[in-house]
Amino acid sequence: MKKKTITLKVNIGKLKLKNPVMTASGTFGYGREYAEFFDISRLGAVVVKGLSLKPRQGNQPPRIVETASGMLNSIGLQNIGIDSFIENELPFLKKVKVPVIVNFFGDSIPEYAEAAAKLGATKGIHALEMNISCPNKQAGWSIFGTDPRVTSKVIMAVRKATSLPLIVKLSPNVTDIGLMAKTAEDAGADAISAINTLTGMAIDIRSRKPKLANIIGGLSGPAIKPVALKMVWECYKSVKIPIIGMGGITTAEDAIEFMLAGASAVAVGTGNFINPAITMEILEGITSFMEEEGISSLKQLKGEAH
Amino acid sequence: MRSWKYVLSKLFKAVVTENKRLIKDHYLLTLSPLKKIKKNRPGNFFMISVESGLDPLLKRPFSLHRSTKNGFQILYRVVGKGTTILSNKTPGDILDVIGPLGNTFPVNNKHRNILVAGGLGIAPIFGLADSIVNSPGLEQPLLFYGARTGKEVLCKKNLADISIRPVIATDDGTAGKKGNIVKVLEKFLKSGSINVNEYSIYACGPKPMLKALSALTNKLGIKGYAALEQSMACGIGTCLGCVVHTTRGLKCVCKEGPVFPLNEIVW
Ligand SMILES: Cc1cc2nc3c(=O)[nH]c(=O)nc-3n(C[C@H](O)[C@H](O)[C@H](O)COP(=O)(O)OP(=O)(O)OC[C@H]3O[C@@H](n4cnc5c(N)ncnc54)[C@H](O)[C@@H]3O)c2cc1C
Ligand SMILES: Cc1cc2nc3c(=O)[nH]c(=O)nc-3n(C[C@H](O)[C@H](O)[C@H](O)COP(=O)(O)O)c2cc1C
Ligand code: FES
Repeated sequence: MKKKTITLKVNIGKLKLKNPVMTASGTFGYGREYAEFFDISRLGAVVVKGLSLKPRQGNQPPRIVETASGMLNSIGLQNIGIDSFIENELPFLKKVKVPVIVNFFGDSIPEYAEAAAKLGATKGIHALEMNISCPNKQAGWSIFGTDPRVTSKVIMAVRKATSLPLIVKLSPNVTDIGLMAKTAEDAGADAISAINTLTGMAIDIRSRKPKLANIIGGLSGPAIKPVALKMVWECYKSVKIPIIGMGGITTAEDAIEFMLAGASAVAVGTGNFINPAITMEILEGITSFMEEEGISSLKQLKGEAH
Repeated sequence: MRSWKYVLSKLFKAVVTENKRLIKDHYLLTLSPLKKIKKNRPGNFFMISVESGLDPLLKRPFSLHRSTKNGFQILYRVVGKGTTILSNKTPGDILDVIGPLGNTFPVNNKHRNILVAGGLGIAPIFGLADSIVNSPGLEQPLLFYGARTGKEVLCKKNLADISIRPVIATDDGTAGKKGNIVKVLEKFLKSGSINVNEYSIYACGPKPMLKALSALTNKLGIKGYAALEQSMACGIGTCLGCVVHTTRGLKCVCKEGPVFPLNEIVW
């Protein structure tokens, strides 16, 4: 039987994962809540909610609006801060024995570097995912993810601050994502993750006002999948480092499409809200697909559509 | 064979056993879970998928109205896409559900409990009344119930069955007193014969009503709690989408609520 020889293992640079299915930052909290629904140690990795040096309150409510096959959020990077994460949340994830990827951000280049250094010096964190792309902050901030010169500087500063595998999460709100991916690779990133949410808005026609208190939010979910897939495709053409693909994945078929476009691994975000155990269904579906197709390793899928 | 298991049963499928139109756009949905679910109590809510496809995408939150022998009931009003689809479900249809979620009304065993419902706020408040009535040793609660019009006063028979005679107020005066239920409650509380330290208030209803109620309870120094609503995505405390302002900062309605002390809510 072919079944025995199937392996789901993937390497994201130095980071070795037992399977390619992880969670997208901001949609899985710090893992605890989902442990009530399934054995989260089965995940390739848990990517936690974006952290900053100090706790953040985030944006005003309402923060969520559903749109056609998608949703807008303007959480505004609310988080408990790195110290509280290390003290109160990380021990749980360590106990579960699931690889932990910490998503983080800062307001300035020194803040990014300090956050990376602090996280890098903490036991039990397997990789860092640097968010340079969240569209929710006020003017002047998203420049980290959209101006290649600044992007390069901030990544180099973080690269110097930590030896952990460094994943750079790209913003889709740029004209040339391939260029941004190349910029990240050249600045020392070990991997790329793409995509973060697309900026968008919704208006209430009765009140004549934007539905989100923050006016603008980030669009996620199945609605963005074709856009995300194309962006992963472009990143694959421009870099050699591994890509973690995400954006609207809700089925194994979606995940496989991302791999064929060039992703080594995938992350599931909004899908967790629809079905808290969706990652396990996707994992199972990928395995079945490999069995059906007589594929023994995910390497046989990666970038095959090119 | 499945190679993994759901650890607990907060995620389940439920079969629609009844979906009855009560009046106009108000429906009573009876669900029977296909497996044993966790015990649910008044204040808890469920996230229900109205469709297995991708539009509408997110589950919709609904309060537990009442536990039944084989499951539970939801009382809902059709307001948009999701609830319209829900209103077309028929017995035998199967829905994906998460729950019970959220906290519960912290009923005070020593106090006389006053329940306040506005409109569809009766959905969880009826369940609370039912559970208080069925708790040995607790005094019969008082119910103040406001609605837009007499036709929209729901649960009349069920309330009578548990011997609760609500004080009613309607905007147009077609049932009970004409006007605002919080004003009616204020009159009662200020009637002189009452020691406010012996009363606790539990409420659910539209925001303006709850806001007026919290102003009243804060003024009189009465302990009170209200179940709040906010747009939700996950329902379990991970997306941070459902926050409301409280004196202790922003709190998630789904996890730290939906029931909050009236004196902690910042309107
Ligand atoms: C904890 C909780 C308990 C609830 N319990 C009940 C209940 O017992 N019975 C009941 O009928 N409704 C209840 N609701 C409200 C219910 O969730 C919404 O009416 C429903 O999600 C609307 O879905 P829709 O697709 O029909 O409307 P949409 O098409 O999404 O929206 C239509 C309108 O409904 C409003 N709306 C959407 N979601 C919510 C929401 N979560 N809260 C308030 N307004 C919303 C929108 O602003 C819009 O004006 C509860 C909400 C919460 C948060
Ligand atoms: C509610 C919510 C919160 C998010 N928070 C973060 C975050 O803190 N950091 C980050 O890098 N991305 C964040 N994201 C983006 C997701 O990680 C993901 O990139 C995006 O949603 C696309 O994937 P999806 O369509 O599967 O959700 C958030 C997304 C959502 C919906
Ligand atoms: S709905 Fe996601 S945190 Fe409350």
